[in-house]
This record gives sequence, structure tokens and C-alpha cells, in this order.
Amino acid sequence: MKHLLGVEELSREEMDRILERAESFAEVGRRDIKKVPTLRGRTIVNLFYEASTRTLSSFELAAKRLSADVVSVKSAGSSVDKGESLKDTVATLSAYDPAAIVIRSPYAGAAQLVAGWTEASVINAGDGKHEHPTQALLDVFTLLQRMDSLDGTGIWIVGDVLHSRVARSCLLAFRKMGARVTLCGPPTLIPRGIEALGCEVSYDLDGLSEADVVYALRMQRERMSESFVPSLREYAARYQIDSRRLGPRQLLMHPGPVNRGVELAPEVIDSPQSLITAQVESGLVVRMAILYELLAGSDRSQPERGPAPADTPTIGQPA
Amino acid sequence: MTLVCRSGPPANLVVRGARVFDPRTGLDDPRDLVIREGEIAELAEPGGAPEIEGAESVEGEGLLALPAFVDPHVHLRVPGQEHKEDLETGTRSAAAGGYCAVIGMANTSPPIDSAAVLGSVRERAEREASIPVGFIANVTRGMDGAELTEMAELRDSGAIGYSDDGLPIANARVLRRALQYQRLAGGLIALHEEDPELSSGGVMHEGEVSAALGMAGVPAVSESTMIARDCSLALYEDAPIHVQHLSARASVEEVARAKAAGVRITCEATPHHLTLTDEAVRSLDARFKMNPPLRSEDDRQALIEGLRDGTIDCIATDHAPHAAEEKEVPFEEAAWGVTGLETAFAALYTDLVLPGVLTLERLIERLTCGGEPFGIEAPRIESGAAADVALIDPEQMWTVGEEGYESRSYNNCFAGRELHGRVLMTVAAGQVAYRQRSFALGVAS
Repeated sequence: MKHLLGVEELSREEMDRILERAESFAEVGRRDIKKVPTLRGRTIVNLFYEASTRTLSSFELAAKRLSADVVSVKSAGSSVDKGESLKDTVATLSAYDPAAIVIRSPYAGAAQLVAGWTEASVINAGDGKHEHPTQALLDVFTLLQRMDSLDGTGIWIVGDVLHSRVARSCLLAFRKMGARVTLCGPPTLIPRGIEALGCEVSYDLDGLSEADVVYALRMQRERMSESFVPSLREYAARYQIDSRRLGPRQLLMHPGPVNRGVELAPEVIDSPQSLITAQVESGLVVRMAILYELLAGSDRSQPERGPAPADTPTIGQPA
Repeated sequence: MTLVCRSGPPANLVVRGARVFDPRTGLDDPRDLVIREGEIAELAEPGGAPEIEGAESVEGEGLLALPAFVDPHVHLRVPGQEHKEDLETGTRSAAAGGYCAVIGMANTSPPIDSAAVLGSVRERAEREASIPVGFIANVTRGMDGAELTEMAELRDSGAIGYSDDGLPIANARVLRRALQYQRLAGGLIALHEEDPELSSGGVMHEGEVSAALGMAGVPAVSESTMIARDCSLALYEDAPIHVQHLSARASVEEVARAKAAGVRITCEATPHHLTLTDEAVRSLDARFKMNPPLRSEDDRQALIEGLRDGTIDCIATDHAPHAAEEKEVPFEEAAWGVTGLETAFAALYTDLVLPGVLTLERLIERLTCGGEPFGIEAPRIESGAAADVALIDPEQMWTVGEEGYESRSYNNCFAGRELHGRVLMTVAAGQVAYRQRSFALGVAS
């Protein structure tokens, strides 16, 4: 694998490899010294055109745990705000000879474009409302910590599907792992034609009890003014996941940040069924695994990478 | 005269043994086509034309000699956006596609909304245009959709018609006034049909592909509902209208209904809407971004059927050049539009005629009649007519973009495609406007 642009392009085999690798990094995370030297001397650039707390911090930390040099370029205060084009920015950053560029952009296809303009591996950290593949992989990883397989698992993704790259990537990833996916939300927020991706669509929560996993999406306030939903009150009345709607055996996920009291009732956020914190934990190890897979994985040649010190785990040895 | 171009030496040439095909005159036979002083002088039996002193002799065997094409919808970008195209490059691009006349749109910078701006572009065309150009003027001042331009003065100053193309006339009252005023001013109003509220934010066709890509969709009904509205207005005012770039089945159906009801309506479709669908957008390549967007296969089939049965009157390229930096950006940010003059015939010949979907006869009819709604007669290949001839090698295969483009811009949606049918030479208004570079000509001594 050279790039991670979307779940769409990922094979099941590649997903399994990343998930396995993440498992071994989870082990590292339980040690006192959580750092491995795998990417020592290599540079990773985070290029973020959108505000992000968890994805950016997760990528930064993942790179640091792998001993890479990290630089994060955010839209505010960079040449991005001075009108420089994406292409020119990428050319500038490529002059540092980065091993990887992690990009978040408000526009679909930005990561793919960048991949055409640089020698570096490109990781899509969210492109418009298109894909957010690292989120989907960490969500799959989180679920596999709780169950052996997603085969036949019923997963309901509830909320603003129209504006959600998480929904698209998760739908594709869950399907590739064998799950049955239902998208649920108000008709104004379910894109026309989405069934073609191989999912069910429901406009109400009546059938929610069939779900093994309930994945709630963030409901943004600005949707009210655009007539997608009349009010948060009505939205919450119809679609909020609360303790009444969430069964005791159902798992709850959310990509964050959560609007307490809108898409999720406070009591379910803190319930034992909630995997929300586990998702954040998974984010770190899955992103380490992705960086590893792209930059040090088995099918890439590794010029002058010194032997790992004896006290580091053996993950990362070419297969 | 509503068409303008620079004057040059009239063509003197003999095309020997080409298959002369003009559906309007009914001729479809090998002929020696003699053009003398820019006029078609003779259509002799093969081998029947004499050597003419000073005339070029062109070996035409295996080639098609067609009436050259007329495009009612191109963007020449003058004034103000000469980094994309100008009158010289735009008309050269048209000539390279076999066109002998084009109609330029008025969404320039500033827009062509006054006689002063119109006069200046027409003057430039007299110096720079290698084929005749007709200029559209705006319907509303500054394309603001609110106040009418001085349509009568614009008409007197040479406007071939009116359009705010690029933008719809969203306000029905404004369009109604324009249709009424058209009775005084003359000329034809050409309409870019789009309900801006329904299309708001959209960047591609709304359907399965937009759902998968997470990009906001432009629903087909944003076009068809406006067509329905404007057909009602045109019927009520008994005013002629021309509907630009149909993209959807629902739109074809609205036009068919309107024609049956007696609305004085003509309409056009583009080569890209006739040959491509929104599936192309999966590549996320901004070369496939244009307005109206590429739609579904069902929509495409409806356009082809409309072209066959005459619901769609003519083919227009909506040639819309953009600079590289306006297209080498994420799809959602990219400028709208694709170039198309140089590939129109080859794309349609390759994708519709060769597979047997459309006859060559019908293709020629629809490529040549684009000026008729605006009062420009379709060219004919007959003795005494001004020479408007496209000489085409139907067998020649070429890769689009491989040798660059005559247009200043290269945002062509067929780039990299191998197409059949190469325009070798174009004679427009009696002047040789284009010769394909590798097409050697022997000059008779």
C-alpha cells in the first residue's frame, strides 16, 4: 500500500493487515515505554484545512510513538490563508521530503489530488463529505475488541448521513467486514441513491432493536437554518438515542464530538455500552498501524532502517 | 450583419474525389469539389474537375466533405478572461473542430450588457476571428437577473440574441418582461435553465454517484421545473425561446410537451451530455465538472432519443475554457465547464455514429443547424454558395490532447481518449480557416 485515500479502495486483506498490526501496537501501548523507533528520521506532515482536535492529535501522537518527526500545518496562520493553492502548498511541503502527508480538507478528492502531486504516501484524514477512512478503520478495530467478527452484525448508523464522511467510510468498512448496515435519519439528511452502496434505509427508529451496534452521528446546529430539520427539539424527539431506545445488549458508538442532549442522551454516553472513549483509544493504535503499513510495511523497500533495539517488539519485521 | 470575422484571401481549391455528404441537398457521392474565390463553383464527377491555376489541389479520396458546423453556444472569454481564451484561439479551436460559425456567450468580465462592450468585441472579432462569430448580449444588466439591458439598442448594434447564460433568470417577472420586450427588439432569448434554489450548493448530478462521493447534488428537476415555467411564459407571451444545454430526461419531456402544445421553442444538447454520465465523476477529476452536470445513463439515453426524433434541434458544445489552475483543484472548488469544439464531431462520431446509435446524416444535420434559431442558415454544399466546408478523415484515429489544443485551455473531458474522425481542413465563409498540421497539401502549379 502506498496511500490510504478511502475505504472504497481498500481490500479486505489490507484491512485485516492494518487491524492485526493495530492489535500489536495496542500491546505496546500497555507498556511503560510506549515509543518504538520504527520511523526514526522520517518526516510526517499533517496538513489540516479544517479544525480538528481528535484526528489531528491522534495522528501527531501516532507519529511520535513511531519516532517520526512531525510537523502539523493548520489552515490558520499558514500560506493556505494567503491564497496559495493546494498544489503549491503540497509542492512546498514536499521539499522537506516527507515520508507521509496526512491531509484533511473540506473538499472531496483532495487527498487523491495530493497523491498525484507528491512522492510521499498520502493519508486521507477526511476529504469533504466523501471519506474518513482512518475513522472507519478505528471503528472496526473498536468493535473487534468486543466481538470476534462483524459477520452478520447489524449496525445502524443514525443521524445526518448527508453531511457525514464518517457515515460513508463506516458504511463501506462495515460492509467489507460482513456487517449489515442500516442508515437512519430524516429523509432530508439521507442522500438520494445511497442504497446503491448496499445498505438499508430507515426514516425512523422503529426497527432499531434489531441492531447489535448503534452508531450515532453528530447533528450540526447549522442544519436547522438550511431547512434540513425544523428544530433540534424535533430532531431529538425522533432520533435521539437514549436509555429508552438503546437496548441493554446494544453497543453505542459516536465519532465525536458529541452534542450532549441532541443525538445522544447524557445517560447513554456514560453507560457501559458506550464505546466512545474506546474509539479514541483505538484511534491512536490504528493510526500507528496505518503509518506503519504505508511507510514500513512488508511490500515497501526500507533503505537503511537500523535493526530494532532488543527491547522493542518485533512487529515491523518484513513478513 | 450579425456575424463578424477578419477578412483574408478567399479560398481557391479543388478537393478531389471526397465523399461530399450534405443531408440538406441530398448529395452523398464522391465529387470533385471546386472552390473558387471562396465560393463553391462546381461539384464535378470524380476526375471531372480541371486543374485550376493558383488553386490548391487536395487529394480527397476516402475523406468526407461536409457542410461545416455551426455552434450556437461557446464561451470566447472576451473581454476580461483572455487567460482562458480569446477570439483568435477560440475561433481557431472552432475551425479545428470543423466549425464555420459560432455564437459567443455574454458572461464575460465585464459582461456584454451594453452596446459599448458589444461594439468593442465585435471590432476585435473583425481583427482576430478566423471564422464568423455572432455575439449574444445579456438579458439583464450585469447579469443581475433584475433589470433588462437595452435590448433594442443591443440588437441594432449587432447582438444575435440575448442570454444570461451561466446564470438562470430566476425571477419569472423579469423573464416575462424580457419576452415581451423581445417583440420590439427582435432577436432570440437563450435560456440557461436552472432553479438556483434547487441546485444551490450542488456540484454534480444528484444520484447514486453523488451519494457515494458525498458531494452535494444538482437534481434534474432544478432544470426541468424551470423549463416548464419558461415554456408556460413563452406560450402565454407567444414569444420564441431557445433552451440551452438540456441534460435530463425530464427536460427533454418538458420540451417535447411544449413543442406539441405549440410553444415556439428550440433547444440544444452538448456532446458531453450525449456521450458521458455522472459515472465519470467517480474519478473526482474536475475535467468532468460542468453546468448542467453529467447525468445518469437514463438521462443520456433520453437526450440521444431527443436528438434522433427532433425534440432536440441542435448540438452545442458549450465550449467553456478554463485555465489549468482553475481546474487543478478539488472537484468542488473547480471552475464549471469543459472545452469541446475540437472534439465535438469525433466524440459523437465515435460514441454514437460508429456503434450505430445515430446516423451520420442526423449527426451532420444537428451539428450544422445550430445557427437557425438565431436566423443563421445552415451551410449547404451547392454551386454558388459561400464555401463552408469541413474536410474530415473518418478513418483517422487520434488521441485527444496528445498534440495539444488550438484552444488556449485544455480542460477537455475527452482528453486521453482515442477517437475516430479527424478534421483535416475547414473552410469558413469562403476562407481557409484551419488545416491540420500533418495534413500536407499539394499546390497545383
